[in-house]
Amino acid sequence: MFYREAGEFKTSYAADQAIFPIPQDRWFVLGLVGVAFLVLPWIVNDYWTNSILLPFLVYALAAIGLNILTGYCGQLSLGTGAFLAVGGYSFYKLTTAFPDLNILLAMMLSGGITAGVGMLFGLPSLRIKGFYLAVATLAAQFFIIWLFYKVPWFYNYNATGQITVPPREFLGVLITGPEGVNWAKYLYTLTIVAVMALVAKNLARSAVGRSWMAIRDMDIAAELIGIRPLQAKLSAFGVSSFYIGVAGALMFAVYLGAAESGETFGIQQSFDVLFMIIIGGLGTILGSFLGAGFLVLLPIALELVLVEGLGMHTGFAEQVKFILLGSLIIFFLIVEPHGLARLWQIGKEKLRLWPFPH
Amino acid sequence: MAISRWLTGLAAGIVAATLGAGTLAAYELTIPFFSYRTGPYAPNGIPVANGWHDYFTLLNERDGGINGVKVNVVECETGYNTKKGVECYEKVKNRGESGALIIQPLSTGITYQLIPKASVDKIPIHSMGYGRTSAANGRVFKWVFNFPATYWSQASALIKYIGDREGGMANLKGKKIYLVYHNSAYGKEPIRTLEALSKKHGFVFKGLPVDHPGQEQKATWLQIRRERPDWVLMWGWGVMNQVAIKEAASIRFPMDRFIGVWWSGSENDVKPAGAAAKGYLSGTFHQPGADFPVHKDILKYVYDRGKAIDPSFRPRVGEVLYNRGLVGAMWAAEAIRKAMEIHGTKKVRGEHVRDGLEALEVDEARLKELGFGGFTVPIKITCANHEGPGLVAVQQWDGKQWKIVSKFYEPDREIVDALIKEDSEKYAKENNITPRDCK
Amino acid sequence: MLFFVEVVISGLTAGVMYALVALGFVLIFKASGVFNFAQGVLALFAGLTLHGLLTGTVPFVHTVNPAWAMPAWLAILTTIAIMILLAIVWERLVLANLVNQEHIILFMATLGLAYVLEGAGDIIWGSDVKVLDLGLPQGASDYFLDTFNLYVEKLELFAAATAGVLVVVLALFFNKTRIGRALRAVADDHQAALSVGISLRTIWVIVWSVAGIVALVAGIMWGAKSGIQFSLSLIALKALPVLILGGFTSIPGAIVGGLIIGVGEKIAEVYMGPYVGGAIENWFAYMLALVFLLFRPQGLFGEKIIERV
Repeated sequence: MFYREAGEFKTSYAADQAIFPIPQDRWFVLGLVGVAFLVLPWIVNDYWTNSILLPFLVYALAAIGLNILTGYCGQLSLGTGAFLAVGGYSFYKLTTAFPDLNILLAMMLSGGITAGVGMLFGLPSLRIKGFYLAVATLAAQFFIIWLFYKVPWFYNYNATGQITVPPREFLGVLITGPEGVNWAKYLYTLTIVAVMALVAKNLARSAVGRSWMAIRDMDIAAELIGIRPLQAKLSAFGVSSFYIGVAGALMFAVYLGAAESGETFGIQQSFDVLFMIIIGGLGTILGSFLGAGFLVLLPIALELVLVEGLGMHTGFAEQVKFILLGSLIIFFLIVEPHGLARLWQIGKEKLRLWPFPH
Repeated sequence: MAISRWLTGLAAGIVAATLGAGTLAAYELTIPFFSYRTGPYAPNGIPVANGWHDYFTLLNERDGGINGVKVNVVECETGYNTKKGVECYEKVKNRGESGALIIQPLSTGITYQLIPKASVDKIPIHSMGYGRTSAANGRVFKWVFNFPATYWSQASALIKYIGDREGGMANLKGKKIYLVYHNSAYGKEPIRTLEALSKKHGFVFKGLPVDHPGQEQKATWLQIRRERPDWVLMWGWGVMNQVAIKEAASIRFPMDRFIGVWWSGSENDVKPAGAAAKGYLSGTFHQPGADFPVHKDILKYVYDRGKAIDPSFRPRVGEVLYNRGLVGAMWAAEAIRKAMEIHGTKKVRGEHVRDGLEALEVDEARLKELGFGGFTVPIKITCANHEGPGLVAVQQWDGKQWKIVSKFYEPDREIVDALIKEDSEKYAKENNITPRDCK
Repeated sequence: MLFFVEVVISGLTAGVMYALVALGFVLIFKASGVFNFAQGVLALFAGLTLHGLLTGTVPFVHTVNPAWAMPAWLAILTTIAIMILLAIVWERLVLANLVNQEHIILFMATLGLAYVLEGAGDIIWGSDVKVLDLGLPQGASDYFLDTFNLYVEKLELFAAATAGVLVVVLALFFNKTRIGRALRAVADDHQAALSVGISLRTIWVIVWSVAGIVALVAGIMWGAKSGIQFSLSLIALKALPVLILGGFTSIPGAIVGGLIIGVGEKIAEVYMGPYVGGAIENWFAYMLALVFLLFRPQGLFGEKIIERV
């Protein structure tokens, strides 16, 4: 009744190509972004910033990155952890070697370095396909993690190989380090994620994005209609790794503050981010956010309910949480195998007809 | 058990909530504990957590808390995962009226995350025998304590023990001492110390890393079999320990020349290898076994009264890792007592407990009073020295139980202190910290 | 030279241990195209169940004194029955609702299974290290050590023999029985198999049961090495390069792949490791698999990929 397209007339190409063609959608999203930018920074405390908002944003960005590669271009990657590590360590090296370097610039450079590494490990994708391609990215995962342990240059020759971020400012406000200001950390990350999500959305709708999807849907056919697999695949690896690299820099510098290659960026990360995009919805930007929300926020919420609400002992609650989480994943897959984003879309269709379904 | 306990707990909680709604909660000392009762390291995490928890329950039950103020132990499950550790920290740090008083992260990775945060939130960290070694320098790391000994002290003490067994440090010359280590920040801790010591004493040192989780170590042990080192040290954790001990037995490496770090020397580690593990050594800073007055009290006041966090653990009270939880809890409680004494208040906060830790002195007489007579080393913490005595003994598995078989060794201060100084000063420089003046 | 032989032997035996895990993956992938993320957890769960039955642990109240003592053969049979039951429940509740979905969705569903089994295994049987005492041979073989000064682990010889038997049985099962033929038909073409009256759902139950049994074998072998504990679920990671190298669909591929990876990584670790700082086994296995794959993109024994527009 309230939510429909009837009466909406598009009078220009620009209106027709808008990301959210339906005004209700547009206002809803704008409202959400508005709350995120204008309201949340005033009310966040340590717990909300460090345990909920930052991990959610950082993982959402990593998920967008992986979604570009796996969701849009169809190339399976299990190397996300390693690419996050490249981003994190690059940022560490850059910011300790050039203390005066603007951290935003340093993060973009870290993304650039990661993009190079990603493209290198993306080369085998020209020959190997499907699940088999996982081996190339897995090789990257284990090799890079090992490298960051073995070459002391990466962690400035300290005793153990742990890296700790030095305090750095952005526009005069302390962002990194233990005394980083909560609202600034949050706003800084949110801005990067929002801008990059917007870029990703538009990239996916551009010629490049279409060539990725053509490769995903059937690479031989794509080749026949004149899309170059080399360019399409490598550009997907490059862009994807850039996103993941920035996410890695944010994860290390803003969210965690210290990192150790195997523990922070291990193989589990690769699986986690992959699961986020599958549960969220492959090939959608919205899905990346929903998936990150599902796997970052749901465990925290479950634990809150089980421990604080029902008074379970923490160890037992953790085990129950595992069972619930697993069951919920299966439940959502059965309800909607194409991910939460699709569920959202179906919800919208239903809403369009409401309250007169026939 | 877990389910039935939870159900009774839930029922009791509902009853209490309906009856006691509105009554104001009394002041409590919030003491968080970062446990891991799940995940790959759970077998090691559970005994430590139980020991820690049971000791504070004992204080509550027997003495009515610390100086009459009840203790509220807040466990938070980390699964030995750094990110969950950070979430736990944010969750518990402002818990209760007192706020978190002292943090035991129980993981080297989480300790590294929390070190920078501790000074901001004014909550002291006690990484007991793990974590960042150079935090021993209290001038730089004001909020971090790692008594009673660090990994570097331990490495040095173990070398001294080897020296004794070889009939003098001079006999170490030309001997081959290998280190099998967990390929992580934790496992790499002793390498620099051992390298420095090998230069000093002229033994051959070589490190053999094992990747997490360490279920497959054939290549490592084949190298040991070929090169036949005189001694093998191990910095392992979790499943790596069990596999290593088994492999060592398989290649017939003499078990009494194989020494683990104190995280590689619990009942869990030797049991899967069975009889083959007999003679295996490990470092330690406290006695194994349940023959101390404190254990009797725990059984009487905690287990008999049904207050234990994990009632089924009863037959395992006195295991090495359980005792480690106990001794850590005892020091934390003493630090809080000291803080109350220094600041003359019962409503202490994290920063008071830090002062308490820095002035902490638990000598043999006090240990005896607490029911810990002869249980562990006496400690005295100062502003500059957060490591305390750094004394390490060696215990041996006789096939049935662990037993301390050596005296307590003093580390080679000359080498260890120089390394600590170097590393902590580097940290201070990188993070713009001006070292404190400790008079 | 003798040392080299030792390295190769230990590589071969380690490879067989990897192959035991990889076999479970292959079975499920072959029949349903699902990459089973839960295979490692299945091995853990099977091992825990077996240990629980052997020692008479009462489920959920694992802390009470042992309630019974089951002979080993009975415990193994009961565990097999439980794994079959698990397969039936899994098929009824989940797979039946996900028929015809993309592989990656089914892959995700197995993550759900992994979570559930992880939590359930802990709650039911407790999370301490369990010593599995089945009387399997342990330690180095005295015969080889004393006669040839050659170090060979008895348990691993036993594992190799078991793997051999397992492969022969599976091969016979797949090639000689009616069910086996039906399985191969399903693997070739789901719809064609359905059209000639093969029940896909029965086949799935059978495949998951067999994978569960293979997981039990893997759980026993690895559990005998390190005690049964949570880390057992991580062995799946060691099976991945084996699986990829051998081809996802080939049983002999899993064995041959296992042997190649095992020998390759041991030789690399022993002869190359010391020069670059060691612990290279993990990534070397993947690099090795990658090199093979560049020449044969479908794995050594994988079915030829035919691409049509």
